[in-house]
Amino acid sequence: MSETTGQTSGETAAPETGNGTQERGVGMRILGALARVREASVLLVAVGLAIYFQSANSAFLSQQNILTLSRYAVPYVVIAAALCLLLICGEIDLSVGQSFAFAPIVMYLAYDKLFLVLPLAVLVGLLAVALVGLINGVITVYLGVSSLITTLGMFFLLAGLCVTLTGGFPATPPDANTTTRILGEYAWSGTIWAVVIVILLQLLLSRTRWGLHTYATGGNPLGSREAGVSVARIKIGNFMLCAVLGGFVGIIESFRISSIDPLAGGPQLVLLCIASAVIGGTALLGGVGTATGAFLGALVLIILQNGFTLQGISAYTFNIILGIAILVAMILNVYVARLRGAGRV
Amino acid sequence: MENGNNSANGSANGNDFLRAEGVVKNFGAVSVLKGVDMHVKKGEVLGLIGDNGAGKSTLLKTITGFHRPDGGKLLIEGEEVNLRSVAQARALGIQTVYQDLALVNELSVFHNMFLNSELTVGPFLNNRAMKEKTARYLEDMGVRIPSIDTEVARLSGGQRQAIAVARAVYSDAKMLLLDEPLAAMGAKEGALILDLIQRLKEERGIPMILIVHNYAQVFDVCDRVNLLRNGRIEFDRPVGETSVEELTEIVVSEYRKARQGKPTSG
Ligand SMILES: Nc1ncnc2c1ncn2[C@@H]1O[C@H](COP(=O)(O)OP(=O)(O)OP(=O)(O)O)[C@@H](O)[C@H]1O
Ligand SMILES: [Mg+2]
Repeated sequence: MSETTGQTSGETAAPETGNGTQERGVGMRILGALARVREASVLLVAVGLAIYFQSANSAFLSQQNILTLSRYAVPYVVIAAALCLLLICGEIDLSVGQSFAFAPIVMYLAYDKLFLVLPLAVLVGLLAVALVGLINGVITVYLGVSSLITTLGMFFLLAGLCVTLTGGFPATPPDANTTTRILGEYAWSGTIWAVVIVILLQLLLSRTRWGLHTYATGGNPLGSREAGVSVARIKIGNFMLCAVLGGFVGIIESFRISSIDPLAGGPQLVLLCIASAVIGGTALLGGVGTATGAFLGALVLIILQNGFTLQGISAYTFNIILGIAILVAMILNVYVARLRGAGRV
Repeated sequence: MENGNNSANGSANGNDFLRAEGVVKNFGAVSVLKGVDMHVKKGEVLGLIGDNGAGKSTLLKTITGFHRPDGGKLLIEGEEVNLRSVAQARALGIQTVYQDLALVNELSVFHNMFLNSELTVGPFLNNRAMKEKTARYLEDMGVRIPSIDTEVARLSGGQRQAIAVARAVYSDAKMLLLDEPLAAMGAKEGALILDLIQRLKEERGIPMILIVHNYAQVFDVCDRVNLLRNGRIEFDRPVGETSVEELTEIVVSEYRKARQGKPTSG
């Protein structure tokens, strides 16, 4: 019927494909730039802060302080990046700070009471938090409870379990051996783990089907399901990944400080990590974010905290600055979202 | 209801690609499909019409495995299938353009084009191959998109629809289900898509179900038309044996009857 129409318009269309940049509004271009440089701008803030603190106190960039800082940053950096995955697919895990405390306790019990060899005991600890993630995911996905509530419940449940299982007293992890050195006793091992984990998470997000489906699930859950994406699998998988990484970094931390503390983790840890992800550009409503962004967000917060401590500024001042940083980051997010909305027809 | 039992075309035979028998679908207390008998022959384009809310999209989503039917059965090429997921229907070669398009705003054009059928190298996405193919498909369809790297959120309604159509059409489908694929299209683009549907039918003999509200378009490309009303297929004719006027009359007459039954109306 309209064979000729098809051909002529096909011809006119072809050369113009990919040539519409000038049609995009200025707002769109600013948005594109903002989205692309989000990580860069957070990195810039981190570097700026480092320079400032160094000039204020030359101890800041001393080898000793860098080591302290990087070891201290490990749990925050890893949990922020892991949480980021979950946030991108539209969910949240408030209990991850508790998985952080729970995994080393289960590991310790498996080692001390069940007499398992340490690597096996570590595995048992990780399996325990994998189960925690599975329960979080199943309740959220199949029973339709908001993950905010599911993981809030899990938060208290685990907090109670941790204290009950240990009698409330910190335990001492096994003596130094190869496993404990690999997992955190060697000065830089935690840092190396953290960097490797963040890189792997970023690869997972931006280079694999799992990552793409994580974005799709958060961006348009219904549409993803219509396209055949297994939204349930993606969400449950990310709940498990988040809990396991939280637990793993908890085990690393317990070897670093040579103590298994039932009161470790807690709300401060998870809230700071959520803040890190948000500052790093993760949208709490899903669909947007990067692991590197979350990593850099955590780095900024840790540098702030450490720098203030060196300057003798109180934790309260840190909280004020943190509060302002989160608000600014969120306002920026809303602004970006609005620009984005304007692009929609 | 004068055409109520006109399902003479529906007698069983081996030529059917798809057959629905007594398909029932309820949403809670609301019964949307009350026993749909429908079939699509191999190489045939079936037009599905009906009022807003008649259940056309629901019927389509039941065939794609998105909804699980509460009763009845589906047969594909003579074999009964029990679809548990969209992925399963897609594996059988059933591809769909959903009314809501099922695009992810945050993802680029080419990632949307290959959503859930991504090209990979080992464990990694093969973005380059996906970009190349996307560019080729859109060019072939005569669709203009600023860039295949842009997020879908930044495209116009018609451009978004074109991507959804291209995704289904260029997927090696054995059957296509198109839920108002022309709704957001301009006249020219709509004609291009109809043309494409015609080509797929003639060159590859792909059976399709096409939901449209514009009856003239039904006569452009469809072989047969079904009217879904009151949860059933109430009218089933080859297009050669009916007309836009008749279809309009049938749809409107029901409405008139309903109005006459209600003294307070108007
Ligand atoms: N997921 C759902 N939950 C509850 N009710 C639903 C759901 N999906 C559809 N319905 C209801 O089923 C009925 C049929 O909807 P459907 O979308 O299939 O209609 P349609 O024929 O495609 O209409 P339109 O021409 O407007 O697209 C409507 O009354 C709708 O409210
Ligand atoms: Mg519909």
